[in-house]
Amino acid sequence: MRGKIPNMDQLLQHILNALILGGTYALLGIGLTLIFGIMRVVNFAHGELYAFGAYMMYLWVMVLGANFYLALPLAVLLGVMLGAAMELVLLRRLRGADIDTTMLVMIGAWITLQNVEQMTWSGVAKSINTPFPSSPLVLGSVSLSWNRLFVFVVALALIGATYAVINRTKLGKAMRATFQDRDTAALMGVDINWIHTATFALGSGLAAAAGALLGPVFVVVPTMGDLASLKAFAIVILGGLGSIPGATIGGFILAFMEELGAGYVSSGYRDAMGFLLIIVILLVKPTGLFAQKERIG
Amino acid sequence: MKQGLTIAWLLFLASVPLWLNNLYVLHVLIMAGIFIIAAMSLNLLLGYTGQLSLGHVAFFGIGAYASSLASLGFAVHLLPDWQVSVDPKPVWFSMLCGTLIAGLCGWAIGRLSFKVRGAYFVIVTVSFAEVIRLVALNWVELTQGPMALNNIPYLRLGIPGLFELSFLRKPANYYLVLAVGVICYVVIRRLVHSRAGRAMIALRENEPLAASVGVDVTRYLVLATIVSAGMAGAAGALYAHYVRIVDPDVFLFIYTVTMVIMVVTGGKGTLAGPIVGGAIFGLLPETLRALEAPPEVQWVTYGVLMVLVVYFLPDGIVPALRNWWHGRSAVAAAPAPEQASTEAAR
Repeated sequence: MRGKIPNMDQLLQHILNALILGGTYALLGIGLTLIFGIMRVVNFAHGELYAFGAYMMYLWVMVLGANFYLALPLAVLLGVMLGAAMELVLLRRLRGADIDTTMLVMIGAWITLQNVEQMTWSGVAKSINTPFPSSPLVLGSVSLSWNRLFVFVVALALIGATYAVINRTKLGKAMRATFQDRDTAALMGVDINWIHTATFALGSGLAAAAGALLGPVFVVVPTMGDLASLKAFAIVILGGLGSIPGATIGGFILAFMEELGAGYVSSGYRDAMGFLLIIVILLVKPTGLFAQKERIG
Repeated sequence: MKQGLTIAWLLFLASVPLWLNNLYVLHVLIMAGIFIIAAMSLNLLLGYTGQLSLGHVAFFGIGAYASSLASLGFAVHLLPDWQVSVDPKPVWFSMLCGTLIAGLCGWAIGRLSFKVRGAYFVIVTVSFAEVIRLVALNWVELTQGPMALNNIPYLRLGIPGLFELSFLRKPANYYLVLAVGVICYVVIRRLVHSRAGRAMIALRENEPLAASVGVDVTRYLVLATIVSAGMAGAAGALYAHYVRIVDPDVFLFIYTVTMVIMVVTGGKGTLAGPIVGGAIFGLLPETLRALEAPPEVQWVTYGVLMVLVVYFLPDGIVPALRNWWHGRSAVAAAPAPEQASTEAAR
């Protein structure tokens, strides 16, 4: 509705924004899809790990005054530790339980974590200072803040590192084996308990990294995890539950849809794009775009 | 003897406004009652057909919005030069509309989302509720968005010129909620003990087996969704005309979670379960408030209780009590039916 000739500069700017956002979405999606694929757990607390990462960033940078670049890995590490603790305390004893049972437990964990955050930090939105210059980087007709560029580069690096862990290390091999057939993997000497803890910790770490990266870009509020969880589900369903390349590409597709939808349709429905996407995908091609062979009925 | 107990309970519940002078406590009971109706409707899906719908609050909210809008009247432009306007309708008719529209949405959502199961079904229902919430927030012309629908009229029943019952005050609303609750209970009871109800339970226990003996899977799942959505819509309509203000926050996911906690704690797949669970979680927030705990404590308690219930009372309170009772009266305690079902599901 903005004139008959599409404004190329505007379109370019939207595409650039979508690329940047897509990197962090992919991080969220990969974490969730790993946990579902290997553990068969629908992790409703995923978004809370995202919020946790952002709050840890706030704690280190704004409360304790730590260096920004040092705070980032610390926040991610704390996310990994929280993930491992959640797996050990909450999920370990539910192994083999049906999917609804673990889902209920994760919903309980989600509510608890979110409200503990609210009690600790109050509901007031917090912002995090960054060491980046406030003037944006101008490339021809489009501009880009340094902070977002940093977010994008780190997100891509983390995605690359995750692929390397999954495809090149012994742990990754054991994870893939567990994903394909848990019982056979166990018979081959894979320690399933350890794989589950490692998977949940890795997935949680990725979510915390996304939160720690995006926290300084936006603001940090206790409810930020809700949309993150639901968007991560959209990404994962788009790509096919359990598919890591699917989650990566799904993250970028969702970012493009949101960015273009907000720019050209209505900004109020920006967050609805993901859910419409979920509904359409599940009705048209329920296995996702990058289907793993799986029953869904 | 069992019937006598039910009648005694009903008489007790009906007598509450007569001896209870504290209007605030009565308000708490009314809200708990509305949530119990919503939880009973969710139980039909979650407990009897075994489908975990996490979008149930959407039907509650649709009922609330549809009923309020019908009673207030509205005018919207569906196309720039095509306006649809509705004049204010009487409240009883609006509430009926709210119930029917919620049921209709249940039909549509059931038809669409029962193509998938398990985790996929859960996520479709969550997405549906979230899309509806965003529509309620952004379609300002119809819903007033975040400004909320105000001054929703209260229910008036009667014959013009002869007599009129007005449901403005709390005791009247209490009886209204109690009456709707009893109707919903009877409907669910009759439904689950009917042929259709047995088909639903068969689907919960073993879907391929039920389908193989000729149970029309989609048909019964959609039927359960329609009834369930309609009841949730009725609860929403009761809420709207009691509180008399409706904003997009009625669609918050936390309310779905509250209903799920009520059903799971009380005992899914039992008639009394949602009532017991609803009573506990309907009254718990007020108890915590009386102890001057901040509101977050309530949600933290919900979260922790949810985890504890899954670990220690996986079937819920009502089946656990029933087993304990049977264990006392009979030497051999029968295994809980839910245990068999979870094993069959795996």
